Amino acid sequence: MKDSKFKKLDWLILPILGVGAVLILWQVVSASVSKELPNPGKTWAASKAYVVEPFAKRGEMDQGILRFTWYSLVLVAKGYALALLIGTPLGFCLGLSKTFAKTFDPIIQILRPVSPLAWLPLGLVLFLGAGKQASELGALFTIAVCAMWPTVLNTAVGVRAVPQDYLNVARVLKLSRTKTLFKVLIPATLPYMFTGFRLSLGIAWLVIVAAEMLTGRPGVGGFLWQEYNALVYEHIILCIITIGIVGFVLDRLMSVIERRFKTA
Amino acid sequence: MSHYVELSNLTKIYDTPKGPAVIVRDFNLTIAKGEFVTLIGHSGCGKSTVLSMLAGLNPISGGGIVLAGRELVGPGPDRGMVFQSPSLLPWLTAYENVMLGVDQVFYTADPEERRDIAEYYLTVVGLGDAMHKKPGELSQGMRQRVGIARAFALKPKMLLLDEPFGMLDSLTRYELQAVLLELWRKNQMTALMVTHDVDEALYLSDRVVCMTNGPEAEVGEIVSVHFPRPRDRKAVMEHPDYYPLRERLIEFLEVHAHRGLSRGEAGGPPGHPGNGSPRPSPKAELLLNPA
Repeated sequence: MKDSKFKKLDWLILPILGVGAVLILWQVVSASVSKELPNPGKTWAASKAYVVEPFAKRGEMDQGILRFTWYSLVLVAKGYALALLIGTPLGFCLGLSKTFAKTFDPIIQILRPVSPLAWLPLGLVLFLGAGKQASELGALFTIAVCAMWPTVLNTAVGVRAVPQDYLNVARVLKLSRTKTLFKVLIPATLPYMFTGFRLSLGIAWLVIVAAEMLTGRPGVGGFLWQEYNALVYEHIILCIITIGIVGFVLDRLMSVIERRFKTA
Repeated sequence: MSHYVELSNLTKIYDTPKGPAVIVRDFNLTIAKGEFVTLIGHSGCGKSTVLSMLAGLNPISGGGIVLAGRELVGPGPDRGMVFQSPSLLPWLTAYENVMLGVDQVFYTADPEERRDIAEYYLTVVGLGDAMHKKPGELSQGMRQRVGIARAFALKPKMLLLDEPFGMLDSLTRYELQAVLLELWRKNQMTALMVTHDVDEALYLSDRVVCMTNGPEAEVGEIVSVHFPRPRDRKAVMEHPDYYPLRERLIEFLEVHAHRGLSRGEAGGPPGHPGNGSPRPSPKAELLLNPA
């Protein structure tokens, strides 16, 4: 009896044990190795105001944690949309045309591993003329350019994987190019595209933090960097946890959407 | 009207790294309007290649095809194709799959007429209750019914069937053969079917064309099948000519299986010079050269 009851609740108990273990480890490290690292209790005490009043606005860089998260999400949404708008058609071109793929594949392979930290200064330079908007535009550029690659590559793979049978149907029926694209190619590629979209969103969320740190924009990443400079180390941990939770939630949301398209 | 379809000196050559591989050479065949012709031969002898050239899905290397007095160029909905796998688009319902073609071919008809066409053919093949289901919810046999409905609904000049029942269990196969025969008879359709099932060929067709083994496959023998129509499976099988015809077809297939072997031993077909075995498959080659 006891055993089976435990089995039923292990989805809840085991994660709690895991979190507990990490908290203890954290406590031990902060008490022994690194005296500067705030322990869990101190972190909570210092973060309480930001968590309990998540939407408070006390100053430009002193706002509730969810308010900061919201700023970051808005920027991510814009950059992510841009990444999909550029990445999806690019992926289709790569998948459909061998010549196009041969021409641009090397450059894509070279640009793909470049870190967001390297793109950001270029983004800022690109939009120097935009004045006050430069930091936002630079950040958007960086998010788009870093986040689009999974969408590009997955879409291209998806287009190449469209079964010849489906294309034969389109050819036998003499569907026009647009009709073939919308009635056959896009629906057949959707599951791959959504895998790309999910991975892209993960990267976009990674990039936002770096972009905000370097530009000092209000947001979770900007707040993190500011609090590091202000020596409020507790808030660094608060930000890390927030970033992690938001990233996790975004990934879950996308995989729910992705699964809906896979079964279709 | 005895030359509704004319395949003359049809040839298919693939360029391979080892030189040109001739799959089909000088394939000649004429089909009368309303005739049902079956192509039989061993797997890989090139019969599907002939069919896909006729469908326009596979470019022709030599010779030509004339359908209803016009030379064929590329694929088109004037030839209804039933594929081996039903090739339905899985994100569309059975009805939408049929409508995809109907909308394309009868774009001048008003929407109601088009809907009626699709519904009529889906009902005739026995999917009256299941036409709004997606292929994933249909059995293999039901999917092939949709494939047949899709081909007929376009009222093509000619029907092309590429082993349409090859993936079905024999009970379903019998059922669908009867469905196909009935539709063919009602629509007076000219049909060319590829199969390696001798009984299927005898039950359905007016003539059975036996293809020699590839490479360089050509027409080996043409057998007329004159069982009275409309046909009933039992009556066909009890017909005194049934077993002699069946024998003849099977003998042809067996002889050609061996002829292929001896030809291979006599030096190998072009493109595969030298090695003694007949056209080793890539797998066999791997076994021979483990390195």
